[in-house]
Amino acid sequence: MLAPGDVGQRAWIEARPWRVAAARQETSDTVTLDLTPSGAFAFLPGQFNMLSVPGVGEVPISISGDPADDGHVLHTIRDVGAVTRALCALRAGQRAGVRGPYGTDWPLAAAAGGDLLIIAGGIGLPPLRPALYQALAQRDRFGRVILLYGARTPDDLLFPAELARWRARSDVDVEVTVDTADRNWRGNVGVVPNLVDRVLFDPRAATAFVVGPEIMMRFTVRALLAAGVADDRVYLSMERNMQCAVALCGHCQLGPFLICRDGPVFRYRRLDRWLGIREL
Amino acid sequence: MPPIPEPVLRGHPFFAGLDPSHLDLLARHASGVAFTDGAFLFREGQPAETFFLINGGSVALEVAAPGRGPVVIQTIGDGEVAGFSWLLEPHRWEFDGRAIGAVAAVRVDGAGLRAKCTADPLLGYELMRRFARLATRRLQATRMQILDVYGHAGTR
Amino acid sequence: MPGYVLRRDALGQLFDALRRRGFRLVGPVIRDGAICYDDIESPADLPAGWTDEQEGATYRLRRRDDDALFGYNVGPQSWKKYLFPPSARLLPPEEAPAEPLAFIGVRACELNAIAIQDRVFTGGRHPDPQYAARRDGAFIVAVNCGQAGGTCFCVSMAAGPRATSGFDLALTEMVAERYFLIEAGTERGAEIVSELGCRPASAEQAATAEAITERTAEAMGRTMPALDLRDLLYDNLDHPEWDDVAARCLACGNCTMVCPTCFCFSVEDVSGLAGEDPERHRSWDSCFTMDHSYLHGGQVRTSTRSRYRQWMTHKLATWEDQFGTSGCVGCGRCITWCPVGIDITEEVAAIAADS
Repeated sequence: MLAPGDVGQRAWIEARPWRVAAARQETSDTVTLDLTPSGAFAFLPGQFNMLSVPGVGEVPISISGDPADDGHVLHTIRDVGAVTRALCALRAGQRAGVRGPYGTDWPLAAAAGGDLLIIAGGIGLPPLRPALYQALAQRDRFGRVILLYGARTPDDLLFPAELARWRARSDVDVEVTVDTADRNWRGNVGVVPNLVDRVLFDPRAATAFVVGPEIMMRFTVRALLAAGVADDRVYLSMERNMQCAVALCGHCQLGPFLICRDGPVFRYRRLDRWLGIREL
Repeated sequence: MPPIPEPVLRGHPFFAGLDPSHLDLLARHASGVAFTDGAFLFREGQPAETFFLINGGSVALEVAAPGRGPVVIQTIGDGEVAGFSWLLEPHRWEFDGRAIGAVAAVRVDGAGLRAKCTADPLLGYELMRRFARLATRRLQATRMQILDVYGHAGTR
Repeated sequence: MPGYVLRRDALGQLFDALRRRGFRLVGPVIRDGAICYDDIESPADLPAGWTDEQEGATYRLRRRDDDALFGYNVGPQSWKKYLFPPSARLLPPEEAPAEPLAFIGVRACELNAIAIQDRVFTGGRHPDPQYAARRDGAFIVAVNCGQAGGTCFCVSMAAGPRATSGFDLALTEMVAERYFLIEAGTERGAEIVSELGCRPASAEQAATAEAITERTAEAMGRTMPALDLRDLLYDNLDHPEWDDVAARCLACGNCTMVCPTCFCFSVEDVSGLAGEDPERHRSWDSCFTMDHSYLHGGQVRTSTRSRYRQWMTHKLATWEDQFGTSGCVGCGRCITWCPVGIDITEEVAAIAADS
């Protein structure tokens, strides 16, 4: 008979307490926690952990750091509720419960040989950043590497120092836009989908990874397809209410898919018929 | 440095597919212009008799309200077109257009063109099609901005 | 499987044999005007001489004119209340239950429902240890239905009425003849048959038992249309029938509570007022609740229409893509216990009629 705590049969719900090495305030409502894994840990770009604060709750958070750096597992968290607020309030030395990693990853291997477009809206950049790190670490496997990123206002842009460093590189194209700005902003104002036409790339062998609010993703996909990118080379990261992360609780369903198990990264072609159905 | 209009017009994707004679006509109504950082290309409410093909730099479409300061609602960059109010009544600019950094552009005389469009409906149709597409794209972008997709709690 | 004869008055010895082996017996009893599952001691606890009348939004108990011990169909509860309790503590981990369970009177539809939940809870990469702890070693005494209920459609879901696998023992009640045909489905079931000294059944006795389930199969109250339900529903997610059912559905969630396969649960953290003694609990959830699809400060499925559609398409279609089986066993509970009598088989027929 199986009992909780059996060796090799750790219950799915059990989390390990990881130490917060650093908490960095990115914007007014977003914090990056640098967590130190309590044992061996490895993840693939696009995967997420379940982070918890005992007595408050547990939420899925994409891992936003460099997969090659296994001593620092970064999670960029936006304060939108009780649990994320508690996580954003953690300070160095405190602990967060962690279990994972879960979910499907960005298919970088499949993208090799062509141009790679990484397209992020808002808090969609953190789940894509590990893919960009990995692509830059194997830079010669790709054609152009292009980052398109949009946020609400300049104050909401994440990782501005890194954006500047990427922009300064000659082997990465970076286009950033905001929905609205005042005069202090000298960059683009407009929506992310319209950036697709601004950049030079070869759609025939291009792969795109897109994350953002669903409306932004739909319009961006439309722009990509109109530009000639194949619908089986566009990948999205989807989100639904998620509680167990292990295909048991039934919440993260999106039609026939369980986002925790079949996603969060999906090929657009697979999702196409489901995305257009309201309240699915 | 103001650009030479003709090569810009001929090579511009916005005018791709236009009859060579129409392109010649456009070139005769065009001139190269340059703006320094912060200079206005056009002002809200002023008569709109021109449009611009941006050939370097970026133009901010701004709207100002008392107590709010100027808000940038869109930027138009290198290779894009600014201005479609020249084509339809009441021919008034709807926003301020201000240069971000030095801007080089080809300015086209819309008033002159309007007369030519009346005389040559095919030219009118071709230009109307292109500017309608431009307006639609702006509209879609504006709608997305209104939706404030990043603004709600919990957006990714 | 060869059948044996268990005299009716020896059923108690079967119970004793199970108790000797350390099992906790649970089975059908009458409570609150319905046949529910609860702890039982002896055959005297069973609803002898009772049957149920079921229709859309209707459940009544009625006296039979014999004293059959299993002369009814299924009530508002299912065995999931034991295997997957309505509420449980996840952290700190609960202790495994002291006694293994013996289910007395499991119908074929329920055997299939248990198998479906087995697949969900233990067939994936991350098995649920609480479910497994209760499921492993549970002893199942199945009963072949001697009558079909007004809302039953196990035949058209290929889930009954005959118990074919997944049990330790299966009984077919021969009421007038005062015996059960008993079959063993496992070695430990066979051990008990042998311990009870049951004599092998004759060919005629076996045939009579077979005839009972055949008669039951022909008397189903409902039929699910014989169509590819998955394709039908995937192609009709905007069918006007969803508006029609939405006008009737109360989103009360009864169907999800009584359904033997529904498995959604929500996870919640609790603690003392000062944050001490934190615990993580889970409890049954229903896709009919507003919170089920909570996301980004709102819900994905706000309308009743979308929530009914979610429940029905999950049960009959997307379940197949997610877990490789249908989610429905044709037990009819959702029809019986819906306060407005919405009938899943009728809904399918309505969509199929002009799809």
